[in-house]
Amino acid sequence: MSNENREVILSIKHVDVTFDQGHKRKLVAVKDANFDIYKGETFALVGESGSGKTTLGRAIMRINPCSAGEIVFEGKRISGKISREEDRNVVRNIQMIFQDPAASLNERATIDYCVSEGLYNFHLYSSEEERIAKVDKALEDVGLLPEHKSRYPHEFSGGQRQRVGIARAMIMDPKFIVADEPISALDVSIRAQVLNLMNKLKAERNLTYLFIAHDLSVVRFIADRIAVIHHGEIVEIAESETLFKYPIHPYTTALLSTVPMPDPLVEKNRKHIVYDPNQLDQSGEERQMRELRPGHFVHCTSKEFAEYEEKIAKMEQDRN
Amino acid sequence: MSNNVIISAKDIEVKFRVRDKYLTAIRNVSLDLYEGETFAIVGESGSGKSVFTKTFTGMLESNGTISNGSVMFHGQDLTKLKKDKDWEGIRGAKISTIFQDPMTSLNPIRTIGFQITEVIEKHQKIGKSAAKKQAIEMMNRVGIPDAANRFDEYPFQYSGGMRQRIVIAIALSCHPEILICDEPTTALDVTIQAQIIQLIRDLQKELGFTTLYITHDLGVVANVADRVGVMYGGQIIEYGTVEEIFFDPQHPYTWALLSSLPQIGVKGQELYYITGTPPSLFNKIKGDAFAPRNEHALNIDFEQEPPFFKVSDTHYAKTWLLDPRAPKVEKPEVICNLHEKIQKMTTKGGAFYVE
Repeated sequence: MSNENREVILSIKHVDVTFDQGHKRKLVAVKDANFDIYKGETFALVGESGSGKTTLGRAIMRINPCSAGEIVFEGKRISGKISREEDRNVVRNIQMIFQDPAASLNERATIDYCVSEGLYNFHLYSSEEERIAKVDKALEDVGLLPEHKSRYPHEFSGGQRQRVGIARAMIMDPKFIVADEPISALDVSIRAQVLNLMNKLKAERNLTYLFIAHDLSVVRFIADRIAVIHHGEIVEIAESETLFKYPIHPYTTALLSTVPMPDPLVEKNRKHIVYDPNQLDQSGEERQMRELRPGHFVHCTSKEFAEYEEKIAKMEQDRN
Repeated sequence: MSNNVIISAKDIEVKFRVRDKYLTAIRNVSLDLYEGETFAIVGESGSGKSVFTKTFTGMLESNGTISNGSVMFHGQDLTKLKKDKDWEGIRGAKISTIFQDPMTSLNPIRTIGFQITEVIEKHQKIGKSAAKKQAIEMMNRVGIPDAANRFDEYPFQYSGGMRQRIVIAIALSCHPEILICDEPTTALDVTIQAQIIQLIRDLQKELGFTTLYITHDLGVVANVADRVGVMYGGQIIEYGTVEEIFFDPQHPYTWALLSSLPQIGVKGQELYYITGTPPSLFNKIKGDAFAPRNEHALNIDFEQEPPFFKVSDTHYAKTWLLDPRAPKVEKPEVICNLHEKIQKMTTKGGAFYVE
């Protein structure tokens, strides 16, 4: 699909997020993030812990303020100071699915309350019957039963609890969802259920996801486009298929090499690549995102760009 | 791997008393570990994999009891040990454990150095300076750069991967014979995970201990294990060499676990998943515990518990499907020719191929 003709739902424009550490020290958690997310796609942000992927997700949710740049949602700036009305609009249309459903649900509230909380806050119902109908529908959509409403979060299994987390986000009828490692706290057998559910809901409602993860094997299954982030900097962005076919940045290849494969013979002969930033071009030239192939961006200096160009040309040749 | 059994658990049953009711967490599990091997126990949460291995170190929670069975280690039945004093010289000295989250297993207000030397001094009964020397050597061995200077730092000054290295250093500082790794990499990143797994393997080669891995990640199992046991509902339902479990699995639960891996999922298609929930261990389980979630279940699965059927000298599975009278059921298509499929993914042109 050509990217020019697609509608941009969210665009991150040269965003920095910094944290004050006291003593005038600053920690730059996200540096110059710059990309667009198209309507209806699943955009994955992949990196190790501490890479800034969650911080960026939280910046979109207006939890962490941006110290530079801006975030634009449906043509309107949503970062920095905005009116209260616009703020509520963001909260309504951008919902979040959290990593650990056991920690993100109120353990003293029934599922009925947990799921309707957003409805209460925004008065999105005209009568009690309508609210109940909405909650029942939301629970049904994620594969739970209306009779589960009177239960408490601890009475559910991990997968069910994450479904409640998803129902809670979906009931607001959002346009955009930030899913922050929604399956990494779950068991292998339950992961598959939640991934399938997210894919199904996306198709039914034309949702857009920002899927934050550290595991490339999961991302390959769910994402349309992938951005790899390392130490606050996005190092590579490409269509999912392209990224797996032509991984260019050394950090991306290192990540790929560490995905555990369920095969003892293959696994015992695999080399795990450890990423070493010292092997990059040390000339001191400022790095920037450069487009290597249409839609495939790499963070590099001009010297590295030439190297990557050579590398990708060779890979393409090998394929044909 | 040798043929000497180092530890042998027989018919272990573990019960927990929860609000005046009894929960049977482990139901008659037997397992022999051979000297120098790496055995991996896989299963979903609540299957009892952690509880089972806690019987090896007497670390069951206070409401849990071993109600049946024995764990033989050097001619001694470990289930008979009750007091902490009896465990001296075994727990931490001969059998050590690495837990999942290094932040909770280290003391946040003690220096790293103190926490390592504490163990050495206690078990080896040597002086402070000698213990410090050993501790620094151990820190070097687990790959802490500049160990002598980092000796006096606190856990919060270490990254997650480095903290787990310290936990490994503590566990290995008394040269144990058995190392139990309880989800050692689940709280860590993929990149760090690969390093920690490699570290444990290198140390095992060097120091020759036996490793018991507990994990729910089959990718990790493929990497580390010589033999694998699959646990479900408080029982080991299939065990064999790692190749047998991945390439010739027999139990429908093992099939299901393998099929639900996203690594082998095809984009645009639904990923396979196991329906239903694990059985409640408060009730007596009749028949095969996996039967209610098993699409291949036979009538007898709901009536009678299957025995272990022999597949090969090293491979046993607890499923009625292996009974000669059972109908022939083929394993799911997605995990047929698994090796060829994965091989394709990791060689030139595949999704997980890297140069």
